Amino acid sequence: MSMKTSDDRFNHRVSKELENTFMRGAVSSAQERFQTRRLKQADELGHWEEWRSHGEEIRKHVLANLDYYLYQLSENVSKRGGHVYFAQTAKEATDYIQSIAKKNKAAKIVKSKSMVTEEIDLNAALEELGCEVIETDLGEYILQVDDHEPPSHIVAPALHKNKEQIRDIFKEKQGYAKSEKPEEIALYVREKLRNEYLTADIGITGCNFAIAESGSITLVTNEGNADLVTALPKTQITVMGMERIVPTFEEMEVLVSLLTRSAVGQKLTSYITTLTGIKDEGDTDGPEEFHLVIVDNGRSNILGSEFQPILQCIRCAACVNACPVYRHVGGHSYGSIYSGPVGVVLSPLLGGYEDFKELPYASTLCGACTDACPVKIPLHQLIHRHRQVIVENEGKAPVSEKLLMKAFGLGASSPTLYKMATKMASPAMAPFTKDQKISNGPGPLKAWTEARDFPAPNKDNFRDWFKHRQKGGDE
Amino acid sequence: MMAGTIENRDVFLSKIAKQLGRVPKTEMERPTWQYQPQDRVLKEATKDELVEVLVEQCKNIHTDIVLTNTANLPADLQKVIENYGGQSVITWKDKRFKRFGLSSLMTEQWPQANIQLYEWDSKQPEENIRQAEKANIGITISEITLAESGTAVLFSSKDKGRSVSFLPENSIILIPKSTIVPRMTQAARLISEKVRTGEQIASCINFITGPSNSADIEMILIVGVHGPMKATYIVIEDQ
Repeated sequence: MSMKTSDDRFNHRVSKELENTFMRGAVSSAQERFQTRRLKQADELGHWEEWRSHGEEIRKHVLANLDYYLYQLSENVSKRGGHVYFAQTAKEATDYIQSIAKKNKAAKIVKSKSMVTEEIDLNAALEELGCEVIETDLGEYILQVDDHEPPSHIVAPALHKNKEQIRDIFKEKQGYAKSEKPEEIALYVREKLRNEYLTADIGITGCNFAIAESGSITLVTNEGNADLVTALPKTQITVMGMERIVPTFEEMEVLVSLLTRSAVGQKLTSYITTLTGIKDEGDTDGPEEFHLVIVDNGRSNILGSEFQPILQCIRCAACVNACPVYRHVGGHSYGSIYSGPVGVVLSPLLGGYEDFKELPYASTLCGACTDACPVKIPLHQLIHRHRQVIVENEGKAPVSEKLLMKAFGLGASSPTLYKMATKMASPAMAPFTKDQKISNGPGPLKAWTEARDFPAPNKDNFRDWFKHRQKGGDE
Repeated sequence: MMAGTIENRDVFLSKIAKQLGRVPKTEMERPTWQYQPQDRVLKEATKDELVEVLVEQCKNIHTDIVLTNTANLPADLQKVIENYGGQSVITWKDKRFKRFGLSSLMTEQWPQANIQLYEWDSKQPEENIRQAEKANIGITISEITLAESGTAVLFSSKDKGRSVSFLPENSIILIPKSTIVPRMTQAARLISEKVRTGEQIASCINFITGPSNSADIEMILIVGVHGPMKATYIVIEDQ
């Protein structure tokens, strides 16, 4: 699949997704869990704002000197026996990778999760050659078996599916005979994929962070699949977006600390792996042949523009997890592999306004994304800027913001919605509430709560209280 | 080692430099940063306090932890092996096992108890993978241990195969107490220094934090996916 995941119109996609009640329930509970865990980790770490500022300064510095760090990276990868290919377009990247697959007469290829390989539509290019391509991340594997359904979340690609649906997919496609218990499904996939790792000709990975000084690549997973993908096949191909680079191990460490906390609320994920070049002499496992493919595919056009800060992104999806619009419409509504606020900013830049001009309106501009971002990308400002550019070009907005907000269920125009919203205020604030005070508020409350505590919404809201009082209540 | 090829670099980097409004750069000094929050974490902690942090963190990462000394290590290791059902063990080829006093356990007691031991052998590449794949337990040793996150850092080499910590169902990692540092910051600095002094770093450096897991199905945590299903750390008093 390429970056664009749907030819359906934006409004149709949204209406369709809004009817998917399982997805909506799954997304809102996932958002809450992700958010609570992220805030807990940020709190435990301490000095979170300073960490964010450090993350930001590292990412800004790298972007301002990107040519130098890519030069240094390529020199050091080459010294350790790796081949580096710079691809300006998706086509150049897939052509090169096809040529490696052909040269190695690859029949089977195992892959660990990578957004950039989705972006350049790599699987289709390899399948065209007759290669069998197997995704090994559990979520990605589920979607692949389900006729290549697109991911709905950057970090948890199969978030929109429930365990019964997943059980049925394996049952229908592969004759899976056990229950819908996640442990049983995972054990089944473990056994199924074990043999694939051992017999694959090529392993393909993405890259969380390349390290310029040592020529290493860093992979972050919980499942350990990236380790098997890189340890067992004889040839390894790593595909990276050109901006995913840091100067040294020391900056990698800082960004990984921000990434794992922001993405999944863990201090570190189970596996952080840094791989440098081909395997060392005498090593049994690890690749004999290593190719690093560095992809531009539209990124350099963002450099030097007012949208440059989006290239700071480390793909943690904290913005996705904080976004009220994503909560209502889910990942597939965006029609791009990049969903949520980061997708709203990035998709039109990489894929053009023609296909993605409605996306900047899939935002309330509330700023919760900006506050959640661990590297301080001013997301809501960039979204706003997109709207200005679109209106400047077209003379009018492509969609009515007011109607959209209503469709998202985010308007305050109806008394029912208003009632629901004020009733929700108390439980929604619960994760931030301590002794009836909100001391670490999200979104717009944050600026206030940084300086002082905000009184928690009453369990009784005003309308309820007034009604109660009219009936002769005490208070 | 033969250097790899580099293709299309000049045109690619020129475009970037042009977008940034200057000529391409191939020299630069190391930047100085305005913020350094990472040094504050567990700054004043003693080694014993770091052990406490590690023990506490193991609860969050579904990992058992045993504290011992070299005298009790064989008995304590044996308990963990039995707990995992014995059968077959794969280890690195590493002199430290002998130094920790494990020779008699591994080479005398295990054969008697019908526990098979395979030691990684760089001369038998295919056998290594075959053995790692069928072994019930893999034993490795942490080079640097991160208290904050509960992470063992492993360096690969010809005698220290990557697969030993990934393929067996159960993973035991020996942690010399002297290897414990506050967090990843210290490990990153140590490795960076090696890079700067021109030392060749291991082709694979693993930061391993507990057994493999996933929350890809309904956000429900599953422990044990592609890597080990269970993990135990054994901290050895070595100073």
